[in-house]
Amino acid sequence: MTAHREGPVLAARGLSRSFQGIQAVGDMSLSLGRGELLGLIGPNGAGKTTMFNMLAGSLAPDSGRIEVMGQDVTGEGAERRLSRGLGRTFQIPRPFPQMTVLENVLCGAQDQSGEKVMSAFFRPAQSRKDEARATEKARHLIDFLLLSHLIEQPASVLSGGQRKLLELARILMADPKVVLLDEPAAGVNPTLLEQIMERVVELNARGVSILLIEHNMEMITRLCSRVVVMALGRELAQGAPADVIRDPAVVRAYLGDAA
Amino acid sequence: MIEILSYGAFFLTMALTYAVIALGLNLQWGQTGLFNVGIAGFVAVGAYVSAILTTPFSDGRLGGFDLPIVVGWIGGGLGAGFLCLLLGALTLRLRSDYLAIATFGAAVVIQLALLNLEALTGGPFGISFIPRPFADLSDRANLFAFANLAVMVVLVLACYAALQHLVRSPWGRVLRALREDETAARALGKNPVSYRLQAFAIGGCVMGLGGAAQGHFIGFIAPENYLPTLTFQVWAMLIIGGSGNMRGAVLGAVLVWAIWALSGSVVSSVFPADQQARAASLQIVLIGVSLCAVLLLRPRGILGEAGTLRRQPKATSTPSEGQNTHD
Repeated sequence: MTAHREGPVLAARGLSRSFQGIQAVGDMSLSLGRGELLGLIGPNGAGKTTMFNMLAGSLAPDSGRIEVMGQDVTGEGAERRLSRGLGRTFQIPRPFPQMTVLENVLCGAQDQSGEKVMSAFFRPAQSRKDEARATEKARHLIDFLLLSHLIEQPASVLSGGQRKLLELARILMADPKVVLLDEPAAGVNPTLLEQIMERVVELNARGVSILLIEHNMEMITRLCSRVVVMALGRELAQGAPADVIRDPAVVRAYLGDAA
Repeated sequence: MIEILSYGAFFLTMALTYAVIALGLNLQWGQTGLFNVGIAGFVAVGAYVSAILTTPFSDGRLGGFDLPIVVGWIGGGLGAGFLCLLLGALTLRLRSDYLAIATFGAAVVIQLALLNLEALTGGPFGISFIPRPFADLSDRANLFAFANLAVMVVLVLACYAALQHLVRSPWGRVLRALREDETAARALGKNPVSYRLQAFAIGGCVMGLGGAAQGHFIGFIAPENYLPTLTFQVWAMLIIGGSGNMRGAVLGAVLVWAIWALSGSVVSSVFPADQQARAASLQIVLIGVSLCAVLLLRPRGILGEAGTLRRQPKATSTPSEGQNTHD
């Protein structure tokens, strides 16, 4: 386990994926260092979401290898990622609409004995203890993510931006070491966006490594020290945001040859 | 007067055996969304396993282990649950409509197997002399009826309490999460196939227990008791009572069984003997009509989904100040 202490917390090597013969991602590699806040950008259709889904386990790569905390997770399904220490949010948030905010967040808890049918039945004391501890933690996270006033409301009443905060709270229940954020700024009003960015920075300061897919260049420039640019399923450039956005190849990819 | 009470006790006892089966279906469908159209098969397995375990030794067939009734009921529940586990492991990856076809097929196969495995099941003649609870009271009809009713009340309460506890536990919350958004639940580390399989097996176990109890109150079982009509009846019970609600499942079972039993006695008193077999279809028609009426008047059933949708969003609630303009 000490071997990966200094190594990347998330590493992808040579990932490829095609859909009906059309290659969405080809031979893409990426590495997220411990405590890093890495941006992944690219024009529409660059393959960012495909890349993201492969990293999150919801899409199997055709070839290549994915490692989380130094462990090969290439063949594992999405439901194994969080216990490996990798949590993700969705581009269009997916709260459980009929559950309350608190219940939503409680669903993120891992290794809850009450979630095992035998323990729920035969070890009620242990289940209650786990549940109480999880509830306590969930309340803190809901507070951290500015949703305390909505804690007993069903998630269906939340605005788009609040749903993004809720998703973040849900995965933070599992104390992930790596968080993949899929366009947290998309469709969020400026006030709430400021607050989301603050929270992302604070999480990162606590040692959580973050991979951020984003269109909002201002957000990328402010948050990320390094950014990877994808175009046509491959890596086009990487480096500091300020350098990358001046890179002629990047400008061409975004604006076409006219630029 | 005492005869009416005694008949009432007999009626309720039968209705409550269906209530147990409907409770099992509620876990599968109401809580998990598993479309099981093979209820009759799982009920039959419960009834036959229990009958084989508890009947006295008989020359014509294998089995007849003469074990206590409690052992039979536990065996019946476990047998049906195990069958669900096997069938579920093969089919739960299927989409819901295919699961329906698979369970329906399984029920038909089970019924045909019961009909033809004469050495084990007695074939078309079924199994008789299934011991009844409190058989030593049987010469005092009223006491016997009420003692049996008491057994069933206890069984229903136990199943209700156990299932309600499960549904309200974190385990039940995972089932709800999977039902509301499977992709999101997977991203939170919940394995959909595993949870569905557990719910399917536990529901099947409860169904088998209901089937076992039923067999012991009638005292005689045969393959023709386990035709798709039984599946239809139990579905009608759950939908009329309120899918997703454990109390609804019990209420629906009593109501539908009342419709079935009353219409049955009306049919047998109104129609001449040679027409009764045909007139009996009116019972199914009547259940169908009640089903339509309930679906029109209360689409979620009489008791709705109160147990699951605990907090409905209020139209007037203000989610937050200033931030909720949908961006």
